Amino acid sequence: MLRIPCPYCGVRDEDEFRWGGQSHIARPGLDASETDWADYLFNRENPKGIHYERWLHAFGCGRWFNLARDTVSHEILAVYRMGESKPSLGGAGI
Amino acid sequence: MSRYSFARLAIHALTKHKHWGEAIRRAAPKAGYDVLIIGGGGHGLATAYYLAKKHGIHNVAVLEKGWLGGGNTSRNTQVSRSNYFWPESAAFFEHSLKLYETMSRDLNFNVMLSQRGILTLAHSHHEIETLRRWANAIQVNGIDSELMTPADICRLVPLLRMDGRYPVCGGFIQRRGGTTRHDAVAWAYARAASALDVDLVQQCEVTGLRITGGRIHGVETSRGPIAAHRVMLAVAGHTSVLGRLAGLQLPINSMALQAMVSEPIKPCLDTVVLSPVVHMYVSQSDRGEIVLGGGADPYTSYAQRGGVPVLQDTVSALTEMFPAFSRLRIMRQWAGIVDITPDTTPIMGKTPIDGLYISGGWGTGGYKAIPAGGDTMAYTVTHDDPHPLIKRFGLDRFATGALIDEGAASGVAH
Repeated sequence: MLRIPCPYCGVRDEDEFRWGGQSHIARPGLDASETDWADYLFNRENPKGIHYERWLHAFGCGRWFNLARDTVSHEILAVYRMGESKPSLGGAGI
Repeated sequence: MSRYSFARLAIHALTKHKHWGEAIRRAAPKAGYDVLIIGGGGHGLATAYYLAKKHGIHNVAVLEKGWLGGGNTSRNTQVSRSNYFWPESAAFFEHSLKLYETMSRDLNFNVMLSQRGILTLAHSHHEIETLRRWANAIQVNGIDSELMTPADICRLVPLLRMDGRYPVCGGFIQRRGGTTRHDAVAWAYARAASALDVDLVQQCEVTGLRITGGRIHGVETSRGPIAAHRVMLAVAGHTSVLGRLAGLQLPINSMALQAMVSEPIKPCLDTVVLSPVVHMYVSQSDRGEIVLGGGADPYTSYAQRGGVPVLQDTVSALTEMFPAFSRLRIMRQWAGIVDITPDTTPIMGKTPIDGLYISGGWGTGGYKAIPAGGDTMAYTVTHDDPHPLIKRFGLDRFATGALIDEGAASGVAH
């Protein structure tokens, strides 16, 4: 069971949240090639290590936010709001 | 390799089974091979076997960082079926089920195939409509499927609660679906490949891929470099990690899929029962354990253990539908890391790097695909061209948009 610190509501059980996948993906322009568009839609970093990801507090405040989480230990390393840039946490994933 | 038979069993019984010898030859890596397969699970071992058996390529090594069949091959719930919706998936998984049907004979190894049928349940009239469409699509694909009334289901699975929290309104069954012993499948392919001179190298982790000019030349491993001009990735769960070594970013999220078994009890459930809506499927193993699984944990993970919320959902769905099982104790619970693709269809075939092939993206259904995955990938590696059955499963489909949105892949709503 993850205990997730919502930046708006405080720490709650993972049952209240929905995972929203990798964060910080920039939408390409309308003239993007098919490969760039596929990158945007489908291709993901999926690191074994630190993952910067979006979560939705679905059964709480209903707001989206970002988490930095280790995908092996599941340790939550940082919580930050939408629109804020990635915190620097040293090692990138492997 | 000595052939297994009743006569041989009798002969060894005379000497109290002390002289069987090793079934699988242990190999140290050579400096180079014609083909290297990364990953000694079902898919890697099956591909190696078919390369040697059908295509005459014997100078092959399978590199496994742990032990053979120690990943998802031994963590799944052993179910095989071909009740898929789309023609592409149906053709591929039906080929796989047919290979499972003859596997014990083909590989001279008892994989304990039990075609006990897989029953999919509907709990509302709307679900029945969806199941009818699914069952009809399967029949149109030329595969057996049969609609079941509540009375049929009650006769087939007397322990199932028909009028509980999840009332059973109907369902359909694929009678040829069933289970096999998963370790036996890995061992059968390993033994047969080993007998055809394939090197099975364990405790050998691949740490780098040697790529120059868009072509692969070999791999770096924890036991030194190995040269090869054809390399295949069969590391589902870790496909993104190995893909990154080749500079590829793939349409995969790795997630934990858990399963569990109860203490063993007398035979009481002789079919596989699956409920798409409550995300639970259950069968009874030959040892008597009740084997159950549910949905994947809902976030990316490389930790081979499941979270409590999904475990709880799975168990509460089971006890709601089979009240008699509520007194059983869970004996073991575990998880495997699975590659989830956007369309829940595998990724198989060539990659943008010459000589590098991929067999991954198996999602929650890689086990049932082992024989067909091995057969078609062996063809693909030999001819440098995808086998006709997997032409539509290529990595390029994400750019062209020709996805195969296979809702039946995990047999559950998603």
